[in-house]
Parts: sequence; structure tokens; C-alpha cells
Amino acid sequence: MTDLLLDMKNIKIEGWSDRQWKPIIKGVDLQLKRGEILGLIGESGAGKSTLGLAAMGYTKGGCRIREGNIKFDGIELAGASSKALRQLRGKRIAYVAQSAAAAFNPAFKLINQYCEAPVQHGVMSKEQAEKDAKELYRKIRLPDPDMIGFRYPHQVSGGQLQRAMTAMAMACRPDLIIFDEPTTALDVTTQIEVLGAIRDIVREFNTAAIYITHDLAVVAQMADQIKVLLRGDEVEQAPAREMLANPKEDYTKSLWAVRDFRRAPPVPREGGETTLLEINTIHAAYGTVKVLDNISLNIRRGSTVAVVGESGSGKSTLARVIMGLLPQLEGVITYDGESLHKLGAKRPRGLQRHLQMIHQMADTALNPKQKIKDVIGRPLSFFLGLKGAAKEARIRELLTLIELDPDEFMDRFPSELSGGQKQRVCIARALAAEPDFIICDEVTSALDQLVAEGILRLLDRLQRELDLTYLFITHDIATVRSIADEVVVMQNGVIVEQGSKEAIFSPPHEPYTELLLSSVPEMDPDWLTNLLKERDTQVTAG
Amino acid sequence: MRNIIHHLRDAPISAWIGIVIVVFYAVLAIGAPVFAPFPESASVGAQYQPWAAPHYLGTDALGRDVMSRLIYGARNTVGIALVTTALAFTLGASFGLLAATVGGWFDPIASRVVDVLMAIPPLIFALLILTITGTSIIALILVIAVLDSTRVFRLSRAVAQGILTMDYIEVARMRGEGLFWLVRKEVLPNAAAPLIAEFGLRFCFVFLFISALSFLGLGIQPPTADWGGMVRESAKLIGFANFATWQTATFGLAPLLPAGAIALLTIGVNLIVDWVLHMSSGLKD
Repeated sequence: MTDLLLDMKNIKIEGWSDRQWKPIIKGVDLQLKRGEILGLIGESGAGKSTLGLAAMGYTKGGCRIREGNIKFDGIELAGASSKALRQLRGKRIAYVAQSAAAAFNPAFKLINQYCEAPVQHGVMSKEQAEKDAKELYRKIRLPDPDMIGFRYPHQVSGGQLQRAMTAMAMACRPDLIIFDEPTTALDVTTQIEVLGAIRDIVREFNTAAIYITHDLAVVAQMADQIKVLLRGDEVEQAPAREMLANPKEDYTKSLWAVRDFRRAPPVPREGGETTLLEINTIHAAYGTVKVLDNISLNIRRGSTVAVVGESGSGKSTLARVIMGLLPQLEGVITYDGESLHKLGAKRPRGLQRHLQMIHQMADTALNPKQKIKDVIGRPLSFFLGLKGAAKEARIRELLTLIELDPDEFMDRFPSELSGGQKQRVCIARALAAEPDFIICDEVTSALDQLVAEGILRLLDRLQRELDLTYLFITHDIATVRSIADEVVVMQNGVIVEQGSKEAIFSPPHEPYTELLLSSVPEMDPDWLTNLLKERDTQVTAG
Repeated sequence: MRNIIHHLRDAPISAWIGIVIVVFYAVLAIGAPVFAPFPESASVGAQYQPWAAPHYLGTDALGRDVMSRLIYGARNTVGIALVTTALAFTLGASFGLLAATVGGWFDPIASRVVDVLMAIPPLIFALLILTITGTSIIALILVIAVLDSTRVFRLSRAVAQGILTMDYIEVARMRGEGLFWLVRKEVLPNAAAPLIAEFGLRFCFVFLFISALSFLGLGIQPPTADWGGMVRESAKLIGFANFATWQTATFGLAPLLPAGAIALLTIGVNLIVDWVLHMSSGLKD
């Protein structure tokens, strides 16, 4: 008996678009031994999810496997009948999706969804499956494992849901689990718990896993082997430690170096520092739920203030209050000495122009039915009254400024742009109003690391050239390190700590800041193990 | 325009059948005086002629040529249905999009008015109003358009609410854009696909509704040729069908001809609607 579990040879997968088949995976081999964890990394569009799904003999709608062999434990999956595949899926091969919230059926309790696969495959009876579910919930460290299964998906947190999903995948004790970016949508502090739980349970049952992610630090904690993909081709594969210590290919090296960007320290301003935006004891609420409690903040002209915190900390709400989308209950915001009306619509147009915001999801922030020139052109005619040739000239200027070729991009629709290009267009739209102050709401968190770094460099360059002031909302500590002058740490609607970047990042820390900082994955493959051990001892000692 | 041709090339065979049917009806309706061998409402022969030259589809109770009346019927029934649907959409979509975008007090008031209108069975309601106003074509169009706009209101309001949660709406609002811009430039283009699909479906319903009213005697009035009315006039002929020879059997087919014309157009429009819906759903299989 061989210990080779999955053997994929010369896989070629194509997708149907623009009336022809276009290659997505261009001949990749993949071998996986029993109990081994393989990390698949690459940018979006590299084909890592497509390859992961192909390991189950599955392709997304509009795709097909054109060539190649997929041997799972001696069974050929490529071209196998859907009946044969159904026998395997859920029982011997399981899949954990990126967004557990979207993958669970909201109308059924967790434990009922857990029982579905084992009962369907005839592995266990319903009663056995329920007993087994509680056992696994305990193993994966869910709180109240006996009762949590009787809740509905919306009644548990995102991190718990992701763990419940992993437990569900484990239900039939499969030989192989495919994890498709299971922690990407989670906060760093939650991510740690989920990573630890996944790793332990996979090791305990000696399950093989394919772990798909774009986060190198995460893959460093999880994988035995790492495979790097680029545009449907394999770049290199090596044991995790070897790959981390000594990447061979240039592309891999560039991935490794991406977190090194640091902006140049700001030059002291002539004529001293002036306050541009002053936020004074702001309270805000959605209905009766209080989300901002006594927030005060001064932002100097030309500086970058980073607001960090987990989801639910109120950092995006702060942006909405500043922009006048959510009227505050109490408190005043003054801009350049002038008090801002709490409703954006009531602010004079000249003042509104100076404050712009860039959203997290460029996908939903661009109207899919408007061409790029209309997207950027509208603020030009709305705020500055530009028309005709003058407007077109300015659109060209702005596109050049954000490093996109005007001739190529002016007449495109947003759907014809990549994620990074879309975000650049959003930046151009904000710049079109000729603002002084821009709120960047998680502008890089939906992007690949290489692309995100490009956006950060662009924002930094624009700041120096155009004398902009940024309020940078993010949950990513690496981003804060690269661009911030000052840092504000928020939790549950209050400011926990604020000060210069140097002060925040050097000890002593507030306890919450400490937790946040220590939760950021590092490239060291022993980081997670050490951290969890350390936290355990602290808990036992405390 | 290039986009439309691009989509047409990808259209499945079912959509093409639908397009052919609809184009055929459109050509007949527009060119009715050219294609029809006899005038619309003149008595041109004996009563109840079987299918034979020069009356290829026979004559009716007043000796009018059935084929000519079918062709003119396309013009009248389809034309009125089209105007009515267009009016219903202008009305329903404007109010629906406004209700979603403005919100506040306008939305609940508009929605409740629509609820009240929808609570009354439309056929009964139409019969009631048409007995009061009399059965002029204008009254017919206005009454059906108002009744039908309630459905369009519901749909466009629901679609617009989904679109209004998008960040690009927030961006436009932060810029201080006015209501007209929001509705016309940000919401409407994105709501177009489901609305177009609904237009096709509603057109069929309006069309059937007019035919039903004509059948009941409150729709398009004689001597104007109209398919619903033709079904009513020839319905009793079914009883006289004699299957001894195929020519006497045609009496049985007489009411089926206008009914078939209605059915065929409904199928054609729906085939196109299915295709538009599939495209807007983004499914690839």
C-alpha cells in the first residue's frame, strides 16, 4: 500500500468566456500524501481555488477539465460519473468554504447540517451523528459544545461558524479536506483561534489537507509543503520551512518581500503644524445600539492617521459620521476651523468637496453601468463645472496620475478591470474633487498583497505630491506599520490607545493593543505553536 | 449597439424562435393594410364560408374575411397592449424607484395605496370602472395601465432597494447628488435587466387581460377586429363542427385561430424573456 493519497497529473482546466475556452490551469501536477498539509498560494486569478476544487473532480460553472488525471486513492476522478463522485464527496473528500456565513443554510440548526452528510452516506445514524458532533465541537474548542449545535448560523460568531464548518467537514472522517481561504474574512484575533483549531484537528485524525490562501504568514503556520501558483502555472514547490528560508524563484521572493514597504518619514512642515480635522467627543448609535462612545481625535494637515480595530469596533462608523452619512448624537466635528453640519447633504458643496472617501470594496463602489470616464468625470463636472475638452483632459491627467493608460481605460466598464485597477479608479474619483482630506476605509484588505502594496505606494506618492491628509481605517497591522504617522486603536466603540506610530508599536502596550499586535501572523513557522503555548501558560498562571 | 449584436450571436435557439415569432407579428401588425386581402370590417362574402379561396380561413357570421380580421387584430390587440404596458411601466417604475430612493413618508404611503389597489381582483375592478367610464379605447388603456402598474411598482421598488445598498450609491450621496441623478443614472441602469424581463411578461398578461375583457364584451368594441372578441364571436361555432369532411371541420377550428394567435405570441415573448433573465442572472451553465 502506497501512502500517496492524491495524485493529479498535468491538469489543464479551461473557462468559457468571450465565446471561447480560455486556459485557467495550464498543466499543473499535485501530489499529496496521507496526513500531509499542502499550502496553495498565489494571487487572485492564479487558479488556486480552481485547482483545489479539481481535487474533488469538481469545476465551477462555465469551466471544464480538458486534460489530466486526478487519482484519489486509486480512483480516477476526471471524467468519473456524477454518481461515483457523489459517493466520495462529503464522505472521503470534504470542502471548507471561505465564507462560512454564506456556506451554511441559514434556515437549519448547525447540528442538523452536521448530521446531513454522515446520515446521507450511511456512515452513522442520526443519534450517533449528533453525539459525534458534540464530541467534535469539543475537540475544535467551541464554547458550550453540547448546546451550540442547536443554534442557527446567525446566532454564533464568524470564527465559531468557521470552526463549526471545519467540524462538519470532519463528520465522516474524510481522507482529504480542502480549505479555501477559511480565515481570510476573519479578524486577526479570531483567526488565531481558528487556525489553531484547524491544525490540531487535522493532525489528530491524520487527515490530508489542501490549504488555499493568499496570506503567506498563515500558510507558514499550517503547511508541510508549499506550492506557489502564478496565472495557472506552478512557480515552485518545496517543504514549508525550506521554502520560507530559501525561496528560489524571483516571483516567490517578491511575494516574501512584500511586507517590507515603509514610507519615508514626513518632512516637518513650514509654518508649523496645523490641525485640519478636529473630532470632539462624538457619540453615535444605530437605533438604540451605541457604536461610538466619546471619540475625540485631532488630525494634522498632511499626516496619516491609522484607525485600527476588529470588526464591530466602530471604525467604519466613525468614517460615516465624518462624511455626514450617519448624524452623531452628540459632539462636534470641525474642519479647518469650520464646524461641519452633521448631515452631509446640508454641508455647502465647496466644503463637501474637500472631504472624500474611498471604500473597501471597489467592486460595489463603482456603478457597473458607467464607463471609467463617466465615473471620474462626474465629480469634475459636479464640483468644478468642467465640460467637454477641459473635462476630458483632466480625466486623462487623473488616469495618468494613478498609473493607468488613459487611451486604454477611459472607455472601459468596471467589469473589465482587475481588483487593483478598480481601486485605483476609486482613488482617481476621490482625487477628481481636489480634496484635502481622504478617508481610506480598508482600501487594501480585499486585494492581493502585491497589488495592495502598489496601492499603498500610490497613496503615499499622492500624499507627498498633492499634500493630502489621510484617515486610514484598517484591521491590518502591517499596513499601519507601512504608512501611518499616528495610530488610534479602537475597541467596542471607544478609543483604547492613541499616539504616534513609534509610541504605539513600542512597549508598554495597553492589554488590547498587545493582543492585537501579537495576533498578527509572522513568517516564522513556529510562531503559532509558540504563541498558543504562551497564551495557555498565561491562562493557567492567571 | 455592438453589445446587443454580441449578445444576439450568443442567443440560444429558443430565443431565436421567440425573436422570429415576435418579428413576424410586428411586421403583420405594422403592414396590416398591405398583407390583408380584404378590409377589416366590411362584409365581403356569404356567412360562414369554409376554408377555400378567396377566403382562405373562411368568413364569420357577418361574412367578413377571417384572415384579414386576424391580421388587423394583431395591429389592434398588440398595439393597445404595447401602449398599455409602456404606460404601466412608466407609472409603476417611476413611483417604485422613487419610493425606494426617497424613502421617508413617501414610501409607506405609495406602498399602501398600491396594496389597496392590489387587494381588489383586477378583472372585477376593471369591469367595474369600465362600466362607469364606458368602453372607449383611452379608458381601456388607462384603467389596465393603472391596475398593472401596481405589480411594476412592487418589482422596481424591491430591485431598487437592493441597488441602493451598494457603495456607489453612498458615493453619489456623499457627493450631494440630487434625486433625479440618483434615480436616472445610478439606480435605473442597474435595474434595467429585471425590468425589461418583467416588461415582456407583463405585456403578455396585459394582452391576455384585454382579450379577456373583449371576450366579456367590455374590451375593444366591434366592428374593430380583436382576437379576444373574435374568440367570443366564433366560440359557439365549435358546436357546429362536422368532421365528415375537412372543410366542414374548419368550423371547429374557427375559435382556435385567434386563440392560437394569442398563445403563439405569448410563447414567443416568453422565450425572449427567459433568455434576457438568464443573461441578467449571470449563470454560465
